[in-house]
Amino acid sequence: MIIAERKPFAQIKEMLAPYQRICVLGCGTCVTVCMAGGQKEAEELAALIRIQRKQDRQEATVEAFTIERQCEFEFIDQVLERLKGYDAILSLACGIGVQTLVEHVPALRVMPGLNTKFMGYPVAQGVWVERCLGCGDCVLHLTEGICPITRCAKSLLNGPCGGSAEGKCEVSKELDCAWHLIHDRLASLGRLSLMAEIQPPKDWSSSHHGGPRTIVREDVKLDRGE
Amino acid sequence: MIAGSRLEKVLASGQFAVTAELGPPKSGDITQLKHHAEALRNHVEAFNITDNQTAIVRTSSIACGAALIQMGLEPVIQMTVRDRNRIALQSDLLGAVALGMKNVLCLSGDHQKFGNEPGAKGVFDIDSMQLIKALKDMRDEGKFIGGESLEHPLEKIFIGAVANPFADPFEYRVDRLEKKINAGASFIQTQCIFDLERFKKWMEMVRERGLHKKVYIMGGVTPIKSLGAARYMKNNVSGIIIPDELITRLQGAKDKKEEGLKICIETIQQLKEIEGVAGVHIMAIAWEEIVPEIVERAGLYPRPAV
Ligand code: SF4
Ligand code: SF4
Repeated sequence: MIIAERKPFAQIKEMLAPYQRICVLGCGTCVTVCMAGGQKEAEELAALIRIQRKQDRQEATVEAFTIERQCEFEFIDQVLERLKGYDAILSLACGIGVQTLVEHVPALRVMPGLNTKFMGYPVAQGVWVERCLGCGDCVLHLTEGICPITRCAKSLLNGPCGGSAEGKCEVSKELDCAWHLIHDRLASLGRLSLMAEIQPPKDWSSSHHGGPRTIVREDVKLDRGE
Repeated sequence: MIAGSRLEKVLASGQFAVTAELGPPKSGDITQLKHHAEALRNHVEAFNITDNQTAIVRTSSIACGAALIQMGLEPVIQMTVRDRNRIALQSDLLGAVALGMKNVLCLSGDHQKFGNEPGAKGVFDIDSMQLIKALKDMRDEGKFIGGESLEHPLEKIFIGAVANPFADPFEYRVDRLEKKINAGASFIQTQCIFDLERFKKWMEMVRERGLHKKVYIMGGVTPIKSLGAARYMKNNVSGIIIPDELITRLQGAKDKKEEGLKICIETIQQLKEIEGVAGVHIMAIAWEEIVPEIVERAGLYPRPAV
């Protein structure tokens, strides 16, 4: 899922300064699960903004509510009229939610309330780790399920660099060396010979380096006129 | 003989080869680098010029290499994949060849986090293995990575790579050497050797597979100037192993500098005795002026004429 973190309050305060009628809009999906932008966080943040406005003697109406998904037009449509009643919407969705709102309803002023961090998962209560960079050409079959693009600090494809020591990455003793993990996993599965093959340069054009990506699936498109 | 550089000729002749490292300055004034090179002229076959070592911005390796060539000296151009994508790397290689450079050493490069621009975007478009292969294909097949042909065959280059017997997983380090040979490396310079036992074990595995016959292996050495420097490397540089005995030996010595030198010279003498070690690479960064003394005291002077 997408992991995000709330922006520092000082920045939120500054972004919202020109507005009176403010909606803190939560999103019911990834950011709810990673406890950054669900209903609970939206209400807490709205309360914080109200207190700040009161202290600073700046008038404001601040409301909070949540929709199931900010990244789909249909869910936005369900609350469209209500959204139009605000001067500003502080979206607690990931960056995709913010952009979906703006693209679908250009009249809205939408600010990001979160910093969208990465795609990953929780490994323990309160600990989330990054696991995929969306490179567009997955190589997990070559590494038995451990992503070198994301987890190796140099995105190497041909084994551990000379900085790998005692299982840790040269970048930080807090980080596992991805290639050490891959090496041990391949060894345990009797597939170490995979690491002897020279993997060719990756085609990064399938990742963001090729510009923003679009997927079109004719088989599920509605406007085929058939 | 592939490229016929002086370094390759000495290695091919079976004589123990010597290279030294020169670190370019954090300025556009390379007077001192040239001065060091001049002082070492008769003591080494070739000079490695680092490529923004430890991710610190310095004069470019190829620019310094060009200066050395003007002086009639031979550079080994280091190329890391940290700062340049495949377009820039291939272009710079062509430029280096055009300026008469023959030896190239391919590395991953220290992560940008360690340098003076920690906010830099690390490129890592290709990895060091892919760089070795790319240079070999440019040289031998006349092809760029993307498959297009060079307009004119490339002047031959002598391709080198690094090996670190002190990194982990240890068992993999010989596999990795073999992979680099298969990718196209003709010579290897290793990480600084302080743990000779581990190095010997690695060389034993190298010989078991006959890899020392397929590639020239040059052992890397660094003279330690002080106890502090040894401790710093031990605790902060990942991929370098400094045995406790070495620290104790330095602790017990009155003249730390002299002791550090002795350790370095003894290491070279031991390396000469190990079957399959073809030479030594001396990395005396910020202490370049000591290299002639090391070479002489290690019994490697005068250098052979080739
Ligand atoms: S290889 Fe690419 S797609 Fe697969 S997990 Fe890694 S970044 Fe994601
Ligand atoms: S130490 Fe391991 S994870 Fe870190 S950059 Fe090197 S290979 Fe990648």
